[in-house]
Amino acid sequence: MSRLHTLVIPWLLACLIALCTIVPLGVVMLSALTPDPAIWSHLIEFTLPELFKNTAIMLLGVGAGVLLLGVSLAWLVAVYDFPGRRIFNWALMLPLAMPAYVLAFAQVGLLEFTGPVQTWLRPHFEDMRWFPQIRSAWGLVLVMTLAFYPYVYLLSRNAFATMGRRALEVGQSLGLSRSQGFWRIALPMARPWIAGGLILVIMESLADFGTVAVFNYDTFTSAIYKAWFALFSLDTAKQIASLLVILVFIVLVLEQRSRGRRAYAQAGRAAPQPRLLLAGWRGWAATLAAGSVVLVAFVIPMLQLAYWASLDFANQFSSDFLGYAWRSVSLSLIAAMLVTAIALVLAYLVRRQGSQAMRNLARVATMGYAIPGTVLAVGVFVPVAWLDNQIIALMGWGGDVTAVFKGTLLAMLLAFVARFLAVAYSSVDTAMNRITRSHDEAARNLGCSGWALLRRVYLPLLSGGLFTGVLMVFVDVMKEMPITLMTRPFGWDTLSVRVYNMTAEGMWDQAALPAIAIVLVGLIPTILLSRQRDVA
Amino acid sequence: MSALLELQSVSQRYGDKTVVNDMSFALQQGEIACLLGSSGCGKTTVLRCIAGFEPLAGGEIHLAGRRLASVADSVPAHLRQIGMVFQDYALFPHLNVQENVGFGLGKLSRSEREARVMAVLEVVGLQAYAQAFPHELSGGQQQRVALARALAPKPQLLLLDEPFSNLDVDLRERLSREVRDILKSQGTTAILVTHDQHEAFAMADKVGVMHQGQLQQWAPPYELYHEPASRYVADFIGQGAFVPGRVTGPRCVTLELGEYCSAVPRQFAEGDQVDVLLRPDDVVHDDASLVTAKVLGKVFRGSEFLYTLQLDSGQQVLAQVPSHHNHAIGEAIGIRLELDHLIAFRRA
Amino acid sequence: MKKQVMLAAVLAAFSGVAMAEEVTLYTARAEQLIKPILEAYEKETGVKVNVVSGGEGPLMERLKAEGTNTPADIFMTVDAGNLWQASNMGLFQPVKSTALAANIPANLRDPAGNWFGLSVRARTIFFNKKTVKPEQLSSYEDLADAKWKGRLCLRTSKKVYNQSLVGTMIADKGVAATEKVVKGWVDNLAAPVFPDDTKMLEAIDAGQCDVGIANTYYYGRLLKKSPNLQVGIFWANQKQNGVHVNVSGAGVTKHAKNPKGAVKLLEWLSSEKAQKLYADIDMEYAANPKVKANAAVASWGSFKSDLINVSEAGAKQAEAVKLMDRMGYK
Repeated sequence: MSRLHTLVIPWLLACLIALCTIVPLGVVMLSALTPDPAIWSHLIEFTLPELFKNTAIMLLGVGAGVLLLGVSLAWLVAVYDFPGRRIFNWALMLPLAMPAYVLAFAQVGLLEFTGPVQTWLRPHFEDMRWFPQIRSAWGLVLVMTLAFYPYVYLLSRNAFATMGRRALEVGQSLGLSRSQGFWRIALPMARPWIAGGLILVIMESLADFGTVAVFNYDTFTSAIYKAWFALFSLDTAKQIASLLVILVFIVLVLEQRSRGRRAYAQAGRAAPQPRLLLAGWRGWAATLAAGSVVLVAFVIPMLQLAYWASLDFANQFSSDFLGYAWRSVSLSLIAAMLVTAIALVLAYLVRRQGSQAMRNLARVATMGYAIPGTVLAVGVFVPVAWLDNQIIALMGWGGDVTAVFKGTLLAMLLAFVARFLAVAYSSVDTAMNRITRSHDEAARNLGCSGWALLRRVYLPLLSGGLFTGVLMVFVDVMKEMPITLMTRPFGWDTLSVRVYNMTAEGMWDQAALPAIAIVLVGLIPTILLSRQRDVA
Repeated sequence: MSALLELQSVSQRYGDKTVVNDMSFALQQGEIACLLGSSGCGKTTVLRCIAGFEPLAGGEIHLAGRRLASVADSVPAHLRQIGMVFQDYALFPHLNVQENVGFGLGKLSRSEREARVMAVLEVVGLQAYAQAFPHELSGGQQQRVALARALAPKPQLLLLDEPFSNLDVDLRERLSREVRDILKSQGTTAILVTHDQHEAFAMADKVGVMHQGQLQQWAPPYELYHEPASRYVADFIGQGAFVPGRVTGPRCVTLELGEYCSAVPRQFAEGDQVDVLLRPDDVVHDDASLVTAKVLGKVFRGSEFLYTLQLDSGQQVLAQVPSHHNHAIGEAIGIRLELDHLIAFRRA
Repeated sequence: MKKQVMLAAVLAAFSGVAMAEEVTLYTARAEQLIKPILEAYEKETGVKVNVVSGGEGPLMERLKAEGTNTPADIFMTVDAGNLWQASNMGLFQPVKSTALAANIPANLRDPAGNWFGLSVRARTIFFNKKTVKPEQLSSYEDLADAKWKGRLCLRTSKKVYNQSLVGTMIADKGVAATEKVVKGWVDNLAAPVFPDDTKMLEAIDAGQCDVGIANTYYYGRLLKKSPNLQVGIFWANQKQNGVHVNVSGAGVTKHAKNPKGAVKLLEWLSSEKAQKLYADIDMEYAANPKVKANAAVASWGSFKSDLINVSEAGAKQAEAVKLMDRMGYK
């Protein structure tokens, strides 16, 4: 009985969770066994070199961008006081509510040749060639940085808030100036949180399709889509996706390796520290810096969207629209709770079991985040349809019955679990890392173990991390497009489906209203998230 | 000889609240001082002012003849050459012991640094743990790493913020002795903050008792115990009971237990009503004495008993009695006063 | 007695549900363009039409995975290339219908009856009225000429419309000649290729470039929004093979549960009435030759269209994609 409890059940559960990702991953990666030589020789000669170059530029650019923006803003807000700090504390999170593809289109719409900025400038200059071409690598890096920096900002801000000021003081007592203290103490100590945010950003960038499509910038995902839709070779698409998965795996392993033996759980307690006042021009400079980021990443694009939406508001704002919104919200909520609950179980199993094998299993289970939604959708749909066909054949139904699981919410939710488990897992896991071993031991010493330990000790201590997980998945599902498109049941059109239908035809004016709605609904959890003190 | 550290009328405020009020004291080279007080008395704030983490609202701080801080300007914390051991140790979890200890030695060459780190680790007895990470050490070991890290750059002054509060009592006593020995052997001047008077007495050459942001008394432990400057200090330090008395002469007070005359004249007028502090060691058990008191309670302390006694008037006093005098509760025993120091305060 | 009445009522309710005919349609065509037409059909016949929309690739993959248990009766998509691909994957069943044969010209449907074009879209040349005179224009191939250096705008090669255009060019002229044309286009580009036709037409209007290639209905939509558009339309290749046309179309799925209902719907969609809706709603050209173009569309003039069977473009699509890759057309 106790063996069953301590060994069989945890492994069984963990494997079940991992299967949500392993099966679709397997469906995708098994295709690697049957490459089409004609297509691959073409890809290797004409596509892959540029693909790798583009992907590298994107990752380096976006990675550097989000680190610069996310960490510096987090440091500013967590340790210093300056005019408007309390507002920026949450306002800097706002871009999280805006899907990258929406930000991309709004920014491109603003800054390209036909946009208002250049149109306004043109009469004043003879030659406009000095104006940078927004639809380029740097434009993509800029937009992705603005869209994704909140991940790094959020995670590192909370790390800095608990230990930032103290790190400075320790440094000063050892003869380090504040800036030295930042570089040599605060930054290295916040590394796991910063790295966690960075990995989310890398995965988002790798899996992104909508944004690179607006920029017509070729990365792995565009190659996947092209192989599938243009060369009609889903197998080739899956093979390219496999490459992508391997790339992500390497990133994850490297990060883990570099941590080595170090432990980052805070020893002792750290009381909230009073902030350092930035007086005079320094304070206003900080306000200006934070303010311009919020302006460029959120306010201005929202105004652009609002302008587009106003062009045809009466037609767009119909009962259909309210239906999209309602389905978006309810779907995101259900998915967020489910995904976070599963992440909790997984994180708990990893901690309790503590073995390397379990850790690796968890790593595999959270890899779906890097797989483009469409490919993952196929990876989920194919086995579900196969299962349906088997069941129908077995039961001898035939005729009227065409589906058991597919086209149900269940299949869709499975796909979301595979795709977003990493998001919830990272916040639950980081929160769990904060619970010291003595908490465990204290509880077990008091006769509290197993699921009771989870319920009575972990859940209350983790509530912050869990809440964060729910919020982050909620926002992600709101923004999600390909899985929703592919696996939704009849009539389950959401806001993002609507955006897709409109953008596919280049009707950006009409995509603006649902896009705004996605942002507005996403704002609620985003603001809640920014108020969370104990975020991951 | 001029003092190494001197605080002149230092004040500190958070918003409207005065946390430290008009605080002055001086510390000689090589002395270990302790700021003692209950939590919230402002002692940690004083430490942070000296370290340079808090701006002053009034007064000045001088170290080795150099002005560190005044209201107008202050030397940045990292240039003060003041080391600090934090309450939670604040060890860097991402660095091992050696790297933690060597952290403040950036100006030294690599070999000098290694030599210094090993020397300091030897001082604290942790040479064997140079490669360990903080989470792999016990609480006491972490504490010593924190001490070693603060000592490594040879600070002019070392500040310790409740350094033993996270440790258990046994370890606390042992470590406080060890730390004192280490500091003395290095000739380090140090200020310790604590709420534990045993710790203060064990460690410090000078103790400053703080209450509500005010320095009540700045004196060696012996003086503090036997000649408390205020009723608060008398009450806060050690045990004892106040017993009413009447001044009967320039040097004499009459108590319920008889008249007592001290060697030194006191500032009272004849006929004044006073409260006299009786320490447990001032009340001596004497079977021959005519004065008796009833045993109300007793605590066994190995070599002695601490009895709570009730006088005829109902007044209670404490008596420290060798443990072979084992009396039952309710029993009446003979006592007499054996006062070396008369501690009396005019009754309010 | 009462019980029996209730039972009868329940049974009636059930049978009512069961008897209402349903047709399920998977469509990669934008839902807002097809819904009004399907609603008209529902109103007229009482048949319920279920719609699942999505990308063409995922939908085809879904049909394949569902196999015999698919609920879909009809698969509808844009572009002959996609229709060709779907029929190549065996997702359609051949349909013999005299009504469809009569309504849809032979070059706009699959010879085997797997699918039928339902609307025609013309892809032609557009120019900035201030900087280009129509006389300067002639053909798609001519846009590769050095005189257009720094003046041409194109949409991304990832869009199937361009793949079909290049595909028919390959079918018509062969690989080498087509390579030269595509290379010339790339060399002439005034700006990075655009993600959609609308943005490209706006760029011509704003003067970022002088000429470009787009589908006519995007032009129609843009004109509706901004009547002062400085963009003119030019019918390409009138002295050669004619304007490149493509179709949106549909076919009955191989494992349709209601094939009869599906054929009925397709026949209705090819009828003059439905075709008129097609022409009006999206400013496309009707596949049924009896239906006139919408007045605004008609004002752009008539043109000679490329008579090559659109399914040939589909067969050449993958080849076209590789060719554009080689020539650096992104």
